[in-house]
Amino acid sequence: MSVAGQGGFARTGETLSLRPMRLLIIEDDREAVAYLIKAFREAGHMPDQASDGLDGYALAQEGDYDVLIVDRMLPKLDGLSLIRSLREQGVTTPVLILSALGQVDDRVKGLRAGGDDYLPKPYAFSELLARAEVLARRRAGPGTAAEATAYRVGDLELDRLSHRVTRAGQEIVLQPREFRLLEYLMRHAGQVVTRTMLLEHVWDYHFDPQTNVIDVHVSRLRAKVDKDFEHPIIHTVRGTGYVLRVDEARAPGPSA
Amino acid sequence: MTTLEDAPAGRLGNLFRTTAFKLSFAYLVVFATFALLALGYVAWNASRALDDQMVSTIEAEINGLSEQYKVGGLRRLISAVERRAGEPGASLYLVTNAAGERIVGNIDALPTGLIVDPGQTEANYARIGGAQNLEHRAIMQIFVLPGGFRLLVGRDVAERDRLRAVIGRTFGSSVGLVMVLGVIGTWFIASRVLRRVDAMTETTRRIMAGDLDGRLAVAGTGDELDRLAHNLNAMLERIGELMRGLRDVSDNIAHDLKTPLTRLRNRAEEALRTAETPDALRAAMEGVIEESDGLIRIFNALLMIARLEGVNAREDFQTFDVAAVVQAVAELYEPLASEQGLALQVETEGAPLTLRGSRELIGQALANLIDNAVKYGGPSGEIRLSAARVGDTVRLGVADSGPGIPSEARGRVLDRFVRLEEARSRPGFGLGLSLVNAVVRLHQGTLALEDHAPGLSVVITLPAGDPTGG
Repeated sequence: MSVAGQGGFARTGETLSLRPMRLLIIEDDREAVAYLIKAFREAGHMPDQASDGLDGYALAQEGDYDVLIVDRMLPKLDGLSLIRSLREQGVTTPVLILSALGQVDDRVKGLRAGGDDYLPKPYAFSELLARAEVLARRRAGPGTAAEATAYRVGDLELDRLSHRVTRAGQEIVLQPREFRLLEYLMRHAGQVVTRTMLLEHVWDYHFDPQTNVIDVHVSRLRAKVDKDFEHPIIHTVRGTGYVLRVDEARAPGPSA
Repeated sequence: MTTLEDAPAGRLGNLFRTTAFKLSFAYLVVFATFALLALGYVAWNASRALDDQMVSTIEAEINGLSEQYKVGGLRRLISAVERRAGEPGASLYLVTNAAGERIVGNIDALPTGLIVDPGQTEANYARIGGAQNLEHRAIMQIFVLPGGFRLLVGRDVAERDRLRAVIGRTFGSSVGLVMVLGVIGTWFIASRVLRRVDAMTETTRRIMAGDLDGRLAVAGTGDELDRLAHNLNAMLERIGELMRGLRDVSDNIAHDLKTPLTRLRNRAEEALRTAETPDALRAAMEGVIEESDGLIRIFNALLMIARLEGVNAREDFQTFDVAAVVQAVAELYEPLASEQGLALQVETEGAPLTLRGSRELIGQALANLIDNAVKYGGPSGEIRLSAARVGDTVRLGVADSGPGIPSEARGRVLDRFVRLEEARSRPGFGLGLSLVNAVVRLHQGTLALEDHAPGLSVVITLPAGDPTGG
């Protein structure tokens, strides 16, 4: 929250997760690395860098990072081999793979090698940030978010077993897909999720929807979850995606 | 590349190296060997037969003479010999005393000491009335009679030797002829083959140097070289097609991307010129990013289409339930459709509705079609999504009730970057249907655009992938 209002990346102003992450960027393109380092710092995180696979491998083993961002094409040791070796060494740090190869089978290869997420280039930084934060949070509490049987954010409650959703005590009836959408948003409460992430995790498809198909689903959900209540809990983050969170500070200006 | 052909002995060397030559030569050697053996056997047998015949004649004579001897002793024998020796075509006879001096017979002289030992032999002799030197030759049988007298019966071998010579000559000339014909034939065949192969080599060299319309000559014999030439020509045809396609695509891409790229630049430039406030600049930059995103989408779509048309695209195919995909995509687009006033209907029938392919790609194709239906399906109406099993195919359909596509434009719209006039006001780049087409072709199906009266009906027919066999 504290970043909103600073210059630079207004688009990412909303994306601060619960705590700053330590991340390692393994990428040999100097310009890209410089850009990423700057952007992550401005978002309040602590990025390190390595410019070839061997360096990256060594640093990843020593350091205690929340998330690794690995480019697939690296000198000395390529990205996928690096990840495989790390996994063999028992390093469980979540890995986000960046690659110019963006077809479905490339994704599958990357994930099979041990990666946790895959982002084709060119990407929007906000997308990268959102996904990195989600991965980092996953690491922080593997036993909490994924296996909780119920989520509660503010006055919104969702029970995963009974599929009951209530807000301020009132029951909200949702279609199955709306339920899954809300569940995903609540699981990542406080984190920005992009439309692509929603398409991937709620619908299990990886293509780029041409129009604002996802937006309409979210607005339908909002109509049920937000409309009749005082404070909206689902927010749009312009240029990036959506975030579900309780709006604490009702600051004079609207959060962008 | 020219070292072999330019060497002076190269041409001949090439000839010797051809498979045709080696094969022909091998056949020649084998055949000649067999011919040699066969003819040799015949010659040898013939010669032996002649010998045998002579020996049996001699035996017959001897039997007759020994009868005479038994009946009338030496005197009878001598008169029998005298009588026989005088007859025309007579064998050779000689009776000598113990010292080897002639008593009666038609042999004048023999090699010294020959008459001493009994048995069969072949030796020279001289005839009575002929020249004194031992110029004739005969097979003889010599007997020792009581009292030391010798009896010799023989047959001249001149006849036999003459026949032997004839056989030998025939044999020799046959084999010689075979060899000569063989060598000529081999050389002829091999050089014909070599000439054809050389012609093909020359043509391919020309083609590689740039004459892309060149084709290999087909001799019309239907043999393996012809078949090779046919297949190579088909391959060249396909390569020509692909290259023309590539050229077309690059031309189109260059042409069609100029517009958004120019637009991008113009926006940025305009912002530089006219933006007064940071907010205005920010808005302009955001616009630039939006345009860039659009361009990135175009490139990604083009890449995907190109990849789909490539050879290895079918590697990761799996069998999946297409009804589920249809339902999922419909469900994804339903809110958007209803916002536009369009009712989305889904009908699936028949089972199993399985396909062998990529779930993602089929999903994307359907999404593109529904997207089009939502964009161009008219202000209100319905979109009908269907999946059905028809025989051993799966038929997927997306139909809307909008203005549709006029029949003359239906071929064009599948090309890249084609957008009809009516569509230009809406967002999009004209790649949606091209992608769908590429996906359908990858799955070995067909795409048909029909009149839904009113509206457009897109029908995709794909071979069903049965769960067991795939």
